[in-house]
Amino acid sequence: MKAEGRVWKFGDNIDTDVIIPARFLNVSDKKQLARNCFADLRPDFSGGVSKGDILVAGSNFGCGSSREHAPLAIKESGISVIIAKSFARIFYRNAFNIGLPILESKEAVDSVEEKDNISVDLATGEITNKDKSLVFSAQPIPDFMREIITAGGLVNYIKAIDEKGGVYH
Amino acid sequence: MGMTITEKILASHSGVESVKPGDLLQCRVDMALANDVTAPLAIKVFEDIGRDRVFDQGKVALVPDHFVPNKDIPSARQARMMREFATRYGIKNYFEVGEMGIEHVILPEKGLVIPGDVVIGADSHTCTYGALGAFSTGVGSTDLGVIMATGKVWLKVPPTIKVRFEGGVLPWVGGKDLILYLLGLLGVEGANYCAIEFSGSAVKHLSMDNRFTMANMAIECGAKNGIFKADEITMQYVKERSSRKPVIWENDPDAGYKKEVNIDVSQIEPQVAFPHSPDNARPVSEGKHIKLDQVFIGSCTNGRLEDLHKAADILRGRTIAKGLRLIVIPGSPLIYREAIKEGIIETFLDAGATIGPPTCGPCLGGHMGVLADGERCASTSNRNFIGRMGDPASEVYLVNPAVAAASAVLGRIGLPDEL
Repeated sequence: MKAEGRVWKFGDNIDTDVIIPARFLNVSDKKQLARNCFADLRPDFSGGVSKGDILVAGSNFGCGSSREHAPLAIKESGISVIIAKSFARIFYRNAFNIGLPILESKEAVDSVEEKDNISVDLATGEITNKDKSLVFSAQPIPDFMREIITAGGLVNYIKAIDEKGGVYH
Repeated sequence: MGMTITEKILASHSGVESVKPGDLLQCRVDMALANDVTAPLAIKVFEDIGRDRVFDQGKVALVPDHFVPNKDIPSARQARMMREFATRYGIKNYFEVGEMGIEHVILPEKGLVIPGDVVIGADSHTCTYGALGAFSTGVGSTDLGVIMATGKVWLKVPPTIKVRFEGGVLPWVGGKDLILYLLGLLGVEGANYCAIEFSGSAVKHLSMDNRFTMANMAIECGAKNGIFKADEITMQYVKERSSRKPVIWENDPDAGYKKEVNIDVSQIEPQVAFPHSPDNARPVSEGKHIKLDQVFIGSCTNGRLEDLHKAADILRGRTIAKGLRLIVIPGSPLIYREAIKEGIIETFLDAGATIGPPTCGPCLGGHMGVLADGERCASTSNRNFIGRMGDPASEVYLVNPAVAAASAVLGRIGLPDEL
């Protein structure tokens, strides 16, 4: 599984209120959520993002509210993967659960600039900055969580178990 | 190696003898919670999985509290979806407008959480129930939908940070100030993925309402949960509300901690968290130049009866500053009723406040007190992120209820002693 795209770069402590302000949470339609993604912080985001683009951020990305609308809005916008120095706990599990790949790498984040073209090998965690000819290795994803991503999210993961007549435990 | 309280609760719900930080567990859930913002997505997930019933009709709580009473047509549709789901699947703990209050206020109040429980909620402030010696944490809607179907959640066992609050507190200092001070010390991601255990002589005599405030804000430094050991104060509270048998866990003498933090509370002044982060905590004395347009007393952090008492004690016989709006929202119908009986509501009205129905209100910028650009609000809630209570160019200052009340009279941030 490989992702390749242009970088949208953000700073530290990007909270979920900023990713999708609460005034847009009166709906749960993904397309409407995506239209308002980063509405106040980056009004150019929802109109400018292209399918496959990569979101790069500093530490503690997705802190604050548990709203799953935040990773959903980012995923629906077309972002293929998020690379951050670190993720807030709830955002981290929400992203895996909805099948949005995320990786942690301090070095890659420091080297990447807005609009760089980068590629990511999700299986190996290798991040290549094509514009700067640099290669980085992200923290490996735990096996259990890789299974969830491969299944396309937690729901599909559980459905697959159900179909095989197994028990989710 | 011995186990901490958090580790013991998780082990007891996963069918294993012992656990250590980093272990991945499938954990049995005693109570699954969602609100009108997070439930609709969770319901879609539940329906997508395709089970014909929830795992336990008595162990799901659905509380419309964010945008209810419906603030607009889309909100009305989300609330209706949740109501219809609750009816169709026989959810016992669905609370309609009238019996509804803020989720994290009413669940303990109704005895739905007791020591030793595992509570998972699609709301980040689900960590509030750690005040009762329960393990509780916030998740997203997919997790919640899966729990409604299976009764299970996957969790990684968090390492524990032990915090000892020692000494006697200064006047006007409460649980809110202790937690704001700790947030300032640890930083906004200082406890990411960790459990925080609150202990020490200064919290030993703290009331349940103060403990709820502290556990509630554990998430603001990234913690998975914040927990108190259940004691006599906890047991008194629980005994009056639940007939279930609590399970009280203690740390093993050789339990391992990731970090130990010792705080001398006698040095802590009442705190104010400046914009735009809850960890930007400073003494209130440094905020006296901050003029205010609005003061909000309420939320899952400080909307309980003791909080209203503290605010009313300051406001009795006084009126709020001209041009300032004071919005008071009791956290539950029970608190509202009690506040009426005790004359507290009349005190607020006499002072010039307006009272809202029990709901989250303006805390997350939903309704009933949204801020315009350039406006400043002192709030007893838990977050002051950019745009949290309204326009991205507004500002929120987090304070305790006594400081909020004094600030409403002064028209600026200040201490009750200044009145």
